[in-house]
Amino acid sequence: MDLVDDIRRGEVRAIARAISLIEDLEPEAELLADSLFPHTGRALILGVTGSPGAGKSTLVDRLITLERRSGHKVAVIAIDPSSPFSGGAVLGDRLRMQEHATDPGVFIRSMASRGFLGGVAAATGDVLKVLDAAGYDTIFIETIGVGQTEVKIVELSDIVLLVLMPGMGDEIQAMKAGVMEIGDIFIINKKDMPGADKLLMEVEYVLSFKNPGEDTVTNPIVMTSATNGEGIGLLREAIAAHRTEIARSGKLEQKRRFRLERELMGVLNRKIHQLMDVHIEVSKQLPDWADTLYRRKACPYALINKQIQNFLKEGRGDRTN
Amino acid sequence: MPSKKTRILIAKPGLDGHDRGAKFIARTLRDEGYEVIYTGIRQTPEAIVQTAIQEDVDFVGLSLLSGAHNELFPRVVDLLKENGAEDIKVIGGGIIPEEDIPLLKEKGVQAVFGPGTSTEQIVEFIEHGSGR
Amino acid sequence: MPLPEELKKQKKDWEETTVRKVISRYPELKAEFVTGSDKPVERLYLPESFSVEEYLGKQGFPGRYPYTRGVQPTMYRGRLWTMRQYAGFGTAEESNQRYRFLLEQGQTGLSVAFDLPTQIGYDSDDPRAEGEVGKVGVVVDTLRDMEILFDGIPLDKISTSMTINAPAAILLAMYIAVAEKKGIGKDKLRGTIQNDILKEYIARGTYIFPPAPSMRLITDVFAYCSREVPQWNTISISGYHIREAGSDASQEVAFTLANGIEYVRAALKAGLSVDDFAGRLSFFFNAHNDLLEEVAKFRAARRIWARIMKERFNATDPKSMMLRFHTQTGGSTLTAQQPDNNIVRVAIQALAAVLGGTQSLHTNSREEALALPAEESVRLALRTQQVLAYESGVTSTVDPLAGSYCVEALTDRIELEVWQYIDRIEALGGMVPSILKGYVQKQIQEAAFRTQKDIEKGERVVVGINKFQMEEKRPENLLRVDPAIRQVQTDKLSQLKRSRNSSHVQDSLSALRQGAKQDAVNLLPLILETVREYATLGEICQVLRDEFGEHKETIVL
Ligand SMILES: Nc1nc2c(ncn2[C@@H]2O[C@H](COP(=O)(O)OP(=O)(O)OP(=O)(O)O)[C@@H](O)[C@H]2O)c(=O)[nH]1
Ligand SMILES: [Mg+2]
Repeated sequence: MDLVDDIRRGEVRAIARAISLIEDLEPEAELLADSLFPHTGRALILGVTGSPGAGKSTLVDRLITLERRSGHKVAVIAIDPSSPFSGGAVLGDRLRMQEHATDPGVFIRSMASRGFLGGVAAATGDVLKVLDAAGYDTIFIETIGVGQTEVKIVELSDIVLLVLMPGMGDEIQAMKAGVMEIGDIFIINKKDMPGADKLLMEVEYVLSFKNPGEDTVTNPIVMTSATNGEGIGLLREAIAAHRTEIARSGKLEQKRRFRLERELMGVLNRKIHQLMDVHIEVSKQLPDWADTLYRRKACPYALINKQIQNFLKEGRGDRTN
Repeated sequence: MPSKKTRILIAKPGLDGHDRGAKFIARTLRDEGYEVIYTGIRQTPEAIVQTAIQEDVDFVGLSLLSGAHNELFPRVVDLLKENGAEDIKVIGGGIIPEEDIPLLKEKGVQAVFGPGTSTEQIVEFIEHGSGR
Repeated sequence: MPLPEELKKQKKDWEETTVRKVISRYPELKAEFVTGSDKPVERLYLPESFSVEEYLGKQGFPGRYPYTRGVQPTMYRGRLWTMRQYAGFGTAEESNQRYRFLLEQGQTGLSVAFDLPTQIGYDSDDPRAEGEVGKVGVVVDTLRDMEILFDGIPLDKISTSMTINAPAAILLAMYIAVAEKKGIGKDKLRGTIQNDILKEYIARGTYIFPPAPSMRLITDVFAYCSREVPQWNTISISGYHIREAGSDASQEVAFTLANGIEYVRAALKAGLSVDDFAGRLSFFFNAHNDLLEEVAKFRAARRIWARIMKERFNATDPKSMMLRFHTQTGGSTLTAQQPDNNIVRVAIQALAAVLGGTQSLHTNSREEALALPAEESVRLALRTQQVLAYESGVTSTVDPLAGSYCVEALTDRIELEVWQYIDRIEALGGMVPSILKGYVQKQIQEAAFRTQKDIEKGERVVVGINKFQMEEKRPENLLRVDPAIRQVQTDKLSQLKRSRNSSHVQDSLSALRQGAKQDAVNLLPLILETVREYATLGEICQVLRDEFGEHKETIVL
């Protein structure tokens, strides 16, 4: 595949095109992803998540500068929500990173979530493969930033940076609700604003309860002020140290294996879905099925079980050739 | 199932800060179902072109009210060409006198929407390539 | 204030009989009538009951607290407003010609428009200046350009307003330096610099530095001028651009006054005392087409500002409480279609400004939705003001629309809405946090979006745009700036750079850099030194960029 070669040579146009193919679920996307797969596994993938306006994009902007200084090529996937009404989206994260727009060692791509839940887009995993195979050393994924549902980022990243800021009354609530579970490194951004020290204490307190006993890896807390650059150097050191630590302890490998498991599960689920849709035309039949249920002529479990049995028995023979 | 989305970069080249029109268009196009990338004011032609390529957009919409369109719009078109991205269509809007439009089109700007253009006209152009 | 009981009863009776009968046969044109700001308007306003105390509290007398009826006791009976057309384009030479023309036509003050590179602190030879040099205003790279710009103009006789914000201190320094060369003392200089950075973040976009150092530059100007340039208006707190960005009338006033509060606070924090600088604060508003609502807006703004200064900041000098303002007719109301219609719009808007008690006025020219105005159009715009001043008769009495039941009701409504916004902004921690969070921008954008949608749906009529359209030939031969100007100007600049004493330039710039590092140093004298040495605007701003950093916008969509 020419496209694969172009991507591996780092050709920007090819990379950008490939991402669109994958996002748009074009027929060649699967083959493309598989052709790239052998060439992946090199990049460090950093998930950046946290509440809206916490400073995720500004932090990524600052980190890009430092990464570039050490000669690394950097890619960013910045995800914003699609409108549930129109399916459209306004993608604005890259605004804060525009200084890097003309740097050939930086590739920034905005993605709309296109209805996918979990703070990222469905295609994010395959898009990562494109960027990894293209030779970017560090890849940032900035999630939508809606707080509690950003769980998918854990499955996609080597290290998750959870960005917090002072002055959000419900921050502690969010922590209790489990957001704290997804962070590897905790960033208290906007340390120039009142309340940062209090937030630090709160985070330390909550973290003292995290995974009691089972997890030996430490979770650094770094205070930053992304707008004036304070603490960014420390943050980068913390990321490097954490990476070394999880590499040594085997946690990184464990994570990456887990990521592959999740990916396989995802592909399997999607495939089953597609198969069912092709063979028993689920979407087309749904209204009829609902109708029989509505008239109380059938029950949900029984109906579906029957459909699956039919599918396993006959459905395949009928329509595959 | 393929689900091709049209992606559009709305960009403000030049130095003017009048983004009322650009923001209105960005928002309206989102409501029409497009994916819109908006990068704020004061974008250089170089940054606009790299952004358009990385974001793999179908259209670049340039909004400019300072009168620098004759210099900056063609520059974006040329840079796209230099980067092998001449298939990305460039459209322009803002305070553009009628008499400048032929020249801009000759230089490769696909359409120019002056003051008083309705959203419908712009959507019509994006969907069918027709319009001003 | 409530309606008197008997009147309320009579009104009900009128509505149920007289009105109802007519409406049943001839329904009104719309189910709901709204102002230009999309606020409901009643069919009829009636006199409210009032006591003398209430009258004095809300309206009072012109020239007296709360200044609702005007800041001077005799208003235009004593002195007409200053007719001040915003002008400038191309090189300093071309603009100098235009200024002389305007003064010959009877204009009474100058208003300088700078090009965008100047406003953002880039020299003409900076790559970012491509295509922009001399376009929306005159290009100024160094003191040399300012000397040419004001050549032959008596700076001690006229007042000069300069639309400059982020680098306002630098352009003011240049103006002072030009006067020095003409042998005119600083104490003789009259005029205004816009110097209003907050609305740049909100609406206009020509910011350079982040809020904190920007506010410092502003308070440095306040402090310097209160000692050295006492007749200078050190800031023009501007709602004009907020309205242009799509706000409604109440938002225009609210966000402008909230910005004003922020400046006063900053100055107090910098150690100035309120009556030392507050009298030199001036304001700048827009005038739109809804005549009555606009008049009410100006009246409400005066009343609220007086209250803020007196009650929140304990000002004692009456001057500190007076909201003096410049008005420009609404650029965004002009249409490219049927441009002659704009002449009529401008006349209505100018009337609103005069009925609202403005201190100075710019009337837009008919083709401004398309291009820079030609001399003939500028003259017509100026004549519009002159007709109002000398023929309309509205200048003969002070605050002529006071007591109009409708205008008073609108004034009260706007005041109420303004206080609500101000309270909200205070709750967010003041204007700077409100801007950084995008709150203010969001409010404006929502209003702008609604207006535009209403126009597209035809619910808001714009003559010539969505009703009464016609085929027409677009005007040709619009005034344009010669594209060769950039070359001309950069040649001039490199020549100048060769002729100046570059070690003096470097010394003055490093002194400025040192000063910028210490908050307690007033930068004005240091800047003055750099401009005297012909340091370029770009060089000076670069020093400050290095020390202060640059602002990035917050976008909410
Ligand atoms: N005072 C202060 N403001 C900051 C800091 N970091 C970011 N901001 C401001 O916070 C706002 C939001 O920053 P972004 O980087 O866009 O935040 P985000 O988390 O990416 O926001 P979303 O993508 O919209 O969720 C901007 O106005 C920034 O300038 C900081 O360290 N201190
Ligand atoms: Mg972001």
